[in-house]
Amino acid sequence: MNSRILHIATNTFREAVRDRVLYNLIAFALLLTGAAVLVGQVSIDIEHLVVINLGLTAVSLFGLVIAIFIGIGLVSKEIEKRTLYTVLSRPVRRWEFIAGKFFGLSGTLVVNTFFMAIGVFAAMWYVSHPLHTADASVLVALYFIVLQFVIITALALFFSSFSSPLLSAVFTFSLFVIGTFAEDLRGFAMLTHGITRWLATGAAYVVPNFSALNVINQVAHGEGVARRLVVYNTAYAFVYTVTVIAGATLIFERRSLK
Amino acid sequence: MQAIEIVHLEKTYSVGFWRKRPKRALHPLDLTVEEGEIFGFLGPNGAGKTTTLKLLMGLIFPTSGTARILGMELDDPRMKAQIGFLPEQPYFYDYLTARELLRYYGQLSGVDAQKLASKVDAVLERVGLRDAANLQLRKFSKGMLQRAGIAQAILHDPKVVFLDEPMSGLDPMGRREVRSLIEELKGEGKTVFFSTHILSDAEALCDRVAIIHLGQLRGVGAVEELTAGVSAQVEIVWGGTSVPAGIKALDADCHVAGDTVRAVLAEGKQDAALEVLRRERLRLISVTPVRMSLEDYFMTQLEGQAGTSVQAEAGEGARSHSVRSS
Repeated sequence: MNSRILHIATNTFREAVRDRVLYNLIAFALLLTGAAVLVGQVSIDIEHLVVINLGLTAVSLFGLVIAIFIGIGLVSKEIEKRTLYTVLSRPVRRWEFIAGKFFGLSGTLVVNTFFMAIGVFAAMWYVSHPLHTADASVLVALYFIVLQFVIITALALFFSSFSSPLLSAVFTFSLFVIGTFAEDLRGFAMLTHGITRWLATGAAYVVPNFSALNVINQVAHGEGVARRLVVYNTAYAFVYTVTVIAGATLIFERRSLK
Repeated sequence: MQAIEIVHLEKTYSVGFWRKRPKRALHPLDLTVEEGEIFGFLGPNGAGKTTTLKLLMGLIFPTSGTARILGMELDDPRMKAQIGFLPEQPYFYDYLTARELLRYYGQLSGVDAQKLASKVDAVLERVGLRDAANLQLRKFSKGMLQRAGIAQAILHDPKVVFLDEPMSGLDPMGRREVRSLIEELKGEGKTVFFSTHILSDAEALCDRVAIIHLGQLRGVGAVEELTAGVSAQVEIVWGGTSVPAGIKALDADCHVAGDTVRAVLAEGKQDAALEVLRRERLRLISVTPVRMSLEDYFMTQLEGQAGTSVQAEAGEGARSHSVRSS
């Protein structure tokens, strides 16, 4: 990685740590500990399923909140506080700044997810030990969750490059919700005709397909994840993220910092 | 070589709900700054100083015109590695300590990693922040932030330093230190381009100044050149306790203090005034040309082009001002 991108990414990560973003891990740990103890007492034979479902959903929601609420301020906060002036007056290209910010927040989310994943496995072990080989598919679900975070970070950064933090949050969250039902939207498109079909199909392929990245239920029921889906989802997340970041860069390259 | 070359640089914003109303923030500006100069960019608030600096830093884009720094285009990273910039009322990443901030900026500027730590220590010492090096910037006072801002602007040993209102927020001691620092930078062969509305600073420091008002350049040159061209008054002092009618008739501004009288009047009326004193047998003490200060010149430029009503109101004020400054 270009050294300037690396320095900007490191600084973004440091900002998140110093702003106590990782404190969410404490809330996550408390939630999971409480859930594990409670599930152990009230569930019969499905403790494992409930803990995986609850744990992975919590990982997803905690990360989503961080990705959106930090992502929307990545550019706009720097403009508002004018910290960007002293960065862009150096030999830093605007695309390098966007890339650095993206990698910084993505790195924060990966670290955050890593610690939450330890919590999930600890809770799984607590309710039914020892762990089985099949439980390794939880790692795949966690990997897909990280891919979701990466796409959401890119989207938040994209909106942050031209709109206010509030609007960026609304746009990003809306896309997350629509993207969660992307498969349904594609199904709906198939049922329509004429221009509606064109529009619905277009919308279905423009919004991020988060439903394909959600295998929580499948994994909780002990079903494995096809290797083909892992490859497909990885390629999809990569292409989608690169496209969105390229869009953010194109907009930001032309933006005047008033 | 010219350190800065600005050719017909213009900035117009679109304002209003539909962004259809043009508002010109900077009229076509032509300006050159030679290498090694301390150049003052003067103007009241809202004159277009910060707009010009933002254009030069590539933070906003010109509507038309071009500019080159050290002979290179404004978006050239090689050029940006050789300039330093202090924005107006700087704000930095407040979760960092001063040392971390400078380290970060040094890395972005491409400072050699081996030399970075020693450079950071040296610049912290130079701006008087050595004792606050490990303090987070959120605990800094306004004056300390300004010092940190100056430190980041000079850390990487740039050839051209742009300072937007560098004395802002500093106490008298701090202002003096910054003045010394700017002089030191000149001594090291650097070009310093700084904007200010504190004219005494510019007068004390600058080789040349430019005056800008309402987005238009009103004058460029050495302070002496600018003020010499406008100064056309003399101060005559003589022994006495009253002002002869003949002097009053020359529209002189007179003050009696003890047994001396001081009159300031237009240079062209000097001979007539001396003739009156000779006729009245009064003892002449001195005749001195009144040197106009930069502030007087500045006010003349601003008032002279601000419309007839303002001109009429300002006329008396400007005149008495020049007398005070003598």
